[in-house]
Amino acid sequence: MMRTRLLAAIVIVIALIAIAPAILGNFTITLMNYIGIYAIATLGLVLMTGIGGITSFGQAAFIGIGAYATAWYTVAQGGSPWAGLLLALVLTALAATILGAATLRLSGHFLPLSTIAWGIAIYFLFGNSETLGRYNGLSGIPPISIGSISFERTAAVYFLIWSALGLLMLLCRNLLDSRQGRAIRCLRGGTALVESLAIDSFRIKLVVFVLAGLLAGISGWFYAHMQRYVGPMQFSVDAGIELLLMALVGGASQIAGAVVGSASVTLIRNFLQDVLPSVTTYSAQLEGVVFGILFVVLLQKARGGIVPIVRKYLPRPQQKIVPAAGGSPLPRRSHTAEQGRAVLAIDGVTKRFGALAAVNNVSFQVHSGEVLGLIGPNGAGKSTLLNLITGVLKPNGGTIRFQDSRVTRLAPRHIAAAGMARTFQHVKLRPNMTLLDNVLLGVYPRTRTGFLAGALRLDRAEENEAKVEALHQLQRVGLGERYGELAGNLPLGQQRLLEVARALAADPALLVLDEPAAGLRRLEKQTLSELLRGLRAQGMTTILVEHDMEFVMNLVDRIVVMDFGVKLAEGLPAAIRADARVQEAYLGGVA
Amino acid sequence: MTPEIALLLAQDGITTGAIYVLVALGLVLIFLATRVIFVPFGDIVGYAALTLAALQMKRTPGTVWLVLTLAAVATVMEAYALLRERRLAHLPRAFLYYAALPAAPAAIAWLAAGHDLPMWAAILITFAVTLPISPLLYRIAFQPIADASVLVLLIIAVAVHFVISGMALIFFGPEGFRTEPLTRAFFKLGPMMISGQSILVVASAAIFGLLLFLFFERTLNGKALRATAVNRIGARLVGIRLSTTAAVAFLLASALAAISGILIGPIATLYYDSGFLIGLKAFVGAIIGGLVSYPATIVGALMVGLFESYASFWNSAMKEVIVFGSLIPILLWQSFFTRGGVEEEIEEEEGERQT
Repeated sequence: MMRTRLLAAIVIVIALIAIAPAILGNFTITLMNYIGIYAIATLGLVLMTGIGGITSFGQAAFIGIGAYATAWYTVAQGGSPWAGLLLALVLTALAATILGAATLRLSGHFLPLSTIAWGIAIYFLFGNSETLGRYNGLSGIPPISIGSISFERTAAVYFLIWSALGLLMLLCRNLLDSRQGRAIRCLRGGTALVESLAIDSFRIKLVVFVLAGLLAGISGWFYAHMQRYVGPMQFSVDAGIELLLMALVGGASQIAGAVVGSASVTLIRNFLQDVLPSVTTYSAQLEGVVFGILFVVLLQKARGGIVPIVRKYLPRPQQKIVPAAGGSPLPRRSHTAEQGRAVLAIDGVTKRFGALAAVNNVSFQVHSGEVLGLIGPNGAGKSTLLNLITGVLKPNGGTIRFQDSRVTRLAPRHIAAAGMARTFQHVKLRPNMTLLDNVLLGVYPRTRTGFLAGALRLDRAEENEAKVEALHQLQRVGLGERYGELAGNLPLGQQRLLEVARALAADPALLVLDEPAAGLRRLEKQTLSELLRGLRAQGMTTILVEHDMEFVMNLVDRIVVMDFGVKLAEGLPAAIRADARVQEAYLGGVA
Repeated sequence: MTPEIALLLAQDGITTGAIYVLVALGLVLIFLATRVIFVPFGDIVGYAALTLAALQMKRTPGTVWLVLTLAAVATVMEAYALLRERRLAHLPRAFLYYAALPAAPAAIAWLAAGHDLPMWAAILITFAVTLPISPLLYRIAFQPIADASVLVLLIIAVAVHFVISGMALIFFGPEGFRTEPLTRAFFKLGPMMISGQSILVVASAAIFGLLLFLFFERTLNGKALRATAVNRIGARLVGIRLSTTAAVAFLLASALAAISGILIGPIATLYYDSGFLIGLKAFVGAIIGGLVSYPATIVGALMVGLFESYASFWNSAMKEVIVFGSLIPILLWQSFFTRGGVEEEIEEEEGERQT
């Protein structure tokens, strides 16, 4: 029902856009062309900034690279605009790859600052380059044509621009609803989770950066051939900031926000250009003033932009289709370890923070099919040890072997890819993604779909298998009914269970749980305990840190006790309970 | 390049570098106290220089209108906030801080414009008129969302730059200005001539750098600022009001901007948008210092001045490309050496839930 209504609305919008030239005047259509062109570039910003969390002030520079590439090729070399498009795409991709590779490792606010820096540098490059006509720019650019059909007329290029925009929006939407798209959506909110899912966050960032650059390049190509002139002013950092404004006005995390934002800003500018010249001679500058004020008010009052506000008044469509019932789940990963062998072997591992040895010469093994409990008083070094095992920290000495291969110096994502899945002491979820999508993140190392396949919807078979798998894991932890809800709406206890489901979705050889029962209610603890028991019966190996002794003693096969960074004792729960040293560590000597 | 030219360029670089030092110190000061990367700071430097130029040409500086506008907006916002919280007793103080104090120098400047002012009077008026700009901008644009992420604050700062620089063109027009030199003295040192102006600039940078140091070391307000920089929550727990430290930081920074503007006025021809570039270059210096250390900031800003000076000799047209392009390797170098494990929790974005 909802879907058909949504579909009907989309069809109506497309029909309206299609008949617009027949109704509206040439001037309005020209305006629509600008809206379309900016929407294409803004779409890149939505993808990169709104969804991927990489803020760029320099996006106009990429429009410039695309525009200048085709302008130079068609004007100075007399080439065809289509070859110009190819050159524009190649050059923007190249520039984005180089700049991205150089800057995307920057953290926090340094990355956006660097975009200002290269944005300005590229602008001055345009303005000072002899071949690009210095500050005069290049003029006499031919219109786009296919054979004898020329897209010189405003209405003709209108169809071209808006078809391209529609197609690109569809591709972006598909991409975001695929394996790599979920990885992009997962980027915001810290890299610890991303890397623990075997996702190469740098590579994802780089691809998103290049995609945004390509979209800007396409936008620049249209711009050059419609305007028939390019000059450096149009690609300054100011223009880049205006693009960011478009994305924010529309709703930076929404694909539709690109069009809404581009339309809003373009129409406001058009209105200002009509009104301001009668007020002042510096209308162009006053325009900037008005935009700046608009920007500040927007960020203070409505940070989400227009689209989410409109959405609030629309019924929220149930986005996820129930995976086809009876569909086959993903094939299991083959894990080499056989029953009773060491899945994880820690040998003499030491980690020092300055003079403090947080973990000091600790050795133990986790055998296949067992549940090992890691306990100890606060500050004993348990979390540090888990961070060493999962690769978040690198040890100062000793070795860690996982499934018979050394993982001591590997990055978290490589260890995760090798079959280790973890949960976090402080729950790390993506609150704005659904439960199903959060668990689908866990499936990442088991699936293969790339960016292009995802955008072209060639991934449906694998996607369905993945969804069946994810739903199965959600059902296992008792959240199967609620797969379409947003993870942020769950209470803490259920968020922990959701993390467990996500870890299980990776079909791990070793499950690493960091205080999984903390914050859980009694009934939830029982569910979790039964779940872990059931997993053990199926041969799952688990290591868990936990403070709830009742939970630990009733569940685990063996216990390792840590105190002040060293291993105090190791053995069966009953033996540990009777151990005088353990009692001393916990109770302070009065055994 | 002959040694004479090299020395000349060095002198030039150190002079501009010293101005970048003052601006960069202001930027770091604001960033540490409020986490705002104050992009429009350079514009305020420009305002100071153009204000002095306008006074010397017996015109009313547009800064008067800027300050009055900002004061009006800030007063309305503050009054509205107080009324809503029913804290009417604070209204008189709000009017004093946000209306009377900023308006007074603006009124003096307006009255003094058109008269033949002695140099010191023009400088004093310029200083006093420039002073309220930054704190007022903070009150209007940043204070309402002071707890937002660094990134949101940065985007707002960029938007504020748009507003301020657009207004600068309306107020001052597109032509460039150069203020009268503060001194015409020249000193001979070995083979080279050193202008008194250069010495004045470098000496000012040294003196104000030292004053800033003493402020941080010896005064309670300075210590409160440092505490805020280290740990905002901790500072609040010991009774430091963040809005007060922010206001102090912006006020101090505004003073630095005013001084920088007054010093650079006679050295370079400034246009309405020159301040922004000065600010950004100072910023490159501040980033070399990692936005945390004042001594490193000083070194960084001096380096940018020298670098720019030699780059402009080598390829004048591309000097901006070179200076801003150089930021990328610097940032890279930094991200390699300041890699800490603690960035994680900071990265968590504030929730913009779409329910």
